[in-house]
Amino acid sequence: MIAPFEDVVIRTACRLLIPFIQLYGLYVIAHGAESPGGGFQGGVILGASFILLSLAYNADEVRKRVSEKRNLIFCSVGLFIYSGIGAVCLALGGNYLNYSRLHHLLPVDPVYARALGIFGIEVGVGMTVMAVMLSIFLDLASKHEDEGEMTSLGMDR
Amino acid sequence: MKIVGLIAVCLTGALLIYGTIDFPSWGDPQSPASLHVSPRYIEKTVEETDVPNMVTSVLADYRGYDTLGETTVIFTAGMSCILLIRRFSR
Amino acid sequence: MEWIVSKYNYWIYILLMMIGFYAMIGKKNLVKKVIGMNIFQTSIILYFISIGSKKGATIPIAEHGLGGPIQAIQYINPIPHVLMLTAIVVMVSTFGVAMALLIMIYRRYQTIEEDEILKLRR
Repeated sequence: MIAPFEDVVIRTACRLLIPFIQLYGLYVIAHGAESPGGGFQGGVILGASFILLSLAYNADEVRKRVSEKRNLIFCSVGLFIYSGIGAVCLALGGNYLNYSRLHHLLPVDPVYARALGIFGIEVGVGMTVMAVMLSIFLDLASKHEDEGEMTSLGMDR
Repeated sequence: MKIVGLIAVCLTGALLIYGTIDFPSWGDPQSPASLHVSPRYIEKTVEETDVPNMVTSVLADYRGYDTLGETTVIFTAGMSCILLIRRFSR
Repeated sequence: MEWIVSKYNYWIYILLMMIGFYAMIGKKNLVKKVIGMNIFQTSIILYFISIGSKKGATIPIAEHGLGGPIQAIQYINPIPHVLMLTAIVVMVSTFGVAMALLIMIYRRYQTIEEDEILKLRR
């Protein structure tokens, strides 16, 4: 049986670090066009910050901040943004996911509209990846009613 | 049982090493992977899309449909974990 | 002996692949089998990334300072990196679903060893 481990040093260090990790994750998503990065990488960094919070405290602390219903809404909205941008391009007269047709909607030239379309779908992908990482971790690490003490990692009180 | 597994692993490893005789060596610019469509992606990425990062422009613009499928894969994995593990009260 | 010196990187990937393969078929604990599958997939990802390298070329991000038009010989091949991003996502997804299935097996049989499960099913 694993007992939950509380330590003041770990809790304080994680409390100080987690906002910076999340800011770095948003930076990696937004700078996918200029430097190495993009949607998947930034989404995993954001998800890892929530997993760090869950490891330093317990899983209920994360569920207080991001409830499971809100997590699922994040997951679906990310995928909806991705296919929504494709459908908007289809409605404006081009192929599906042909971002240069977005210049009818936004006041930019067709080549820059592709860069804006790429940024839009990176945001969608980042949201979905972050929500699914957190959801899979909380599912696997929580204690269930009919199992013994051995399966919980001590993260639920 | 473990002996049989070890023999199978060694045989497979030997066959694969025999197959690497025909592979391109490290750092060959004329290897077949870098010849057909990859130079076009490298040379045209700044003038067709305004994005200097070639990996992002190939992932999100030239092969954007595959990335949609991949996002659906990870969404489906999250959904199956929820359906398998959580007990819904009737 | 030219083919030993210039191709030993493939031998390292094959070694990693065979370690994962042996873990998948030789171990009895189901969690160790899943970890072996993970090692196998990681070796495949390493192999694909190594194909796209070019001698004397830089990372595939177009620099403004190199001067002149962009030539394909100055940048490494970006396409294996793109395909391996998808492969990493598929790796994480299959690992998550495999772990969920293992939790269901544990709920049903109260054990994770393969031979005990086969005995209980008979």
